[in-house]
Amino acid sequence: MATDTGGPLWLLAELTYACPLQCPYCSNPLDFAAQGKELSTDEWKTVLRDARAMGALQLGFSGGEPLLRRDLEALVAEARRLGYYTNLITSGVGMDETRVAALKDAGLDHIQISFQASEAQLNDFIAGTAAFEHKLAMARAVKAHGYPMVLNAVLHRHNIDSIGDILDMALELQADYIELANTQYYGWAWHNRAELLPSREQLQNAQAVAEDYQRRAAAMKIYFVVPDYYSNRPKPCMQGWGRVFLTVAPDGTALPCQAARQLPGLQFPNVRDQSVRAIWKDSGAFNHFRGYAWMKSPCRNCPERERDFGGCRCQAYLLTGDAANADPVCDKSPEHGRILETVARAQGPRTPVREVPFVFRNTRNSKALCSR
Amino acid sequence: MPDSRRNIRLADGYRLQWEEAQQADVLLFPEGMVQLSSSAAAVLKQCGGNSAEEIVQALQAEFPDADLRDDVLEFIDEALTKGWIRGD
Repeated sequence: MATDTGGPLWLLAELTYACPLQCPYCSNPLDFAAQGKELSTDEWKTVLRDARAMGALQLGFSGGEPLLRRDLEALVAEARRLGYYTNLITSGVGMDETRVAALKDAGLDHIQISFQASEAQLNDFIAGTAAFEHKLAMARAVKAHGYPMVLNAVLHRHNIDSIGDILDMALELQADYIELANTQYYGWAWHNRAELLPSREQLQNAQAVAEDYQRRAAAMKIYFVVPDYYSNRPKPCMQGWGRVFLTVAPDGTALPCQAARQLPGLQFPNVRDQSVRAIWKDSGAFNHFRGYAWMKSPCRNCPERERDFGGCRCQAYLLTGDAANADPVCDKSPEHGRILETVARAQGPRTPVREVPFVFRNTRNSKALCSR
Repeated sequence: MPDSRRNIRLADGYRLQWEEAQQADVLLFPEGMVQLSSSAAAVLKQCGGNSAEEIVQALQAEFPDADLRDDVLEFIDEALTKGWIRGD
């Protein structure tokens, strides 16, 4: 039941699940430590070529930490030669000035550096490693080498109150863009959800601060990504399943989004076995939630289904047990109460961050979770 | 009155390219892209350090039958506001 569709416009290349950071909200799967062997340089080049031939244009090199791949420069050069706009999504750990320059020579268009907080103590606690000062130095190096400077900070209940400090830091660094992304609850963030979700008051205060800076700091573009748990309509997740986005995981598994791997009952194809074209056009997994025929009530007859595509399949699965249900963020969903219950629990006082029983994202915890 | 803006060029990190699959020029930037109309693309292709007046003249020479001045200057305003281009 293939639905007529164009090719992917965005390709997310997750080069490795290895990462020196241990952020407890990582979007990687909980069982990353059990995944198969990483694609080789030549296998990645084939993926890049095939997706580009279908019209893919924006390319994100992500992970894990993509700088851990020693062939990153070679992959960037190939991607640029093919005509991609190349984005590197990194913690900055593993970067130095030489590498910033080498990536520029290879044709890299843009580097996005993530921060965990606006000061070293909290940043390094969340990251699980002393990275803050190095991130500052690398942000300056990125700017000095003529890249646009894009910063990213994932917000949660332990750093959202210092959003003003995060924005001041971005201004001081002369960032061109800052993305203030509220945590999305998949992977490790799902596991640590109770300790991450901010209260309504925290969120409203943060949003007011972000809007104030948006008015005052015209030279810096500020994106504030609202957490969908506080919305009554779902996000148009990935702009629809298999419509625009293609993710390729480190072991070559092709996914409509980074989090989809956890969905039961779907056989996600691998670029080692099939061409990108066959995967995108013909695979069962990519066609499964395309179009509208798979929808249940209330999405099936909803006039908004073409705007939000029923929301997020992973969120529907995690909260209701069935990925074909409406995303329960939607207040038309009969299971919207599950979101409200979670939100209600987040209104209590905040535990001091060092006392929070976070399950940090690392190989040891991943193996322990897999063996359960 | 002549427009005084000079040295107009694409902003850092912005790239313009013809996209065969879309049969259109596209403007690419960090984590985003815009498909351009042929007239928008024609103006942006002139944004390699020209002044606003030079851009108008170049396009007027290319399309002698139309009076483009107001439209071109208006588009330059819009593109500056969006941060696609920079000028002195």
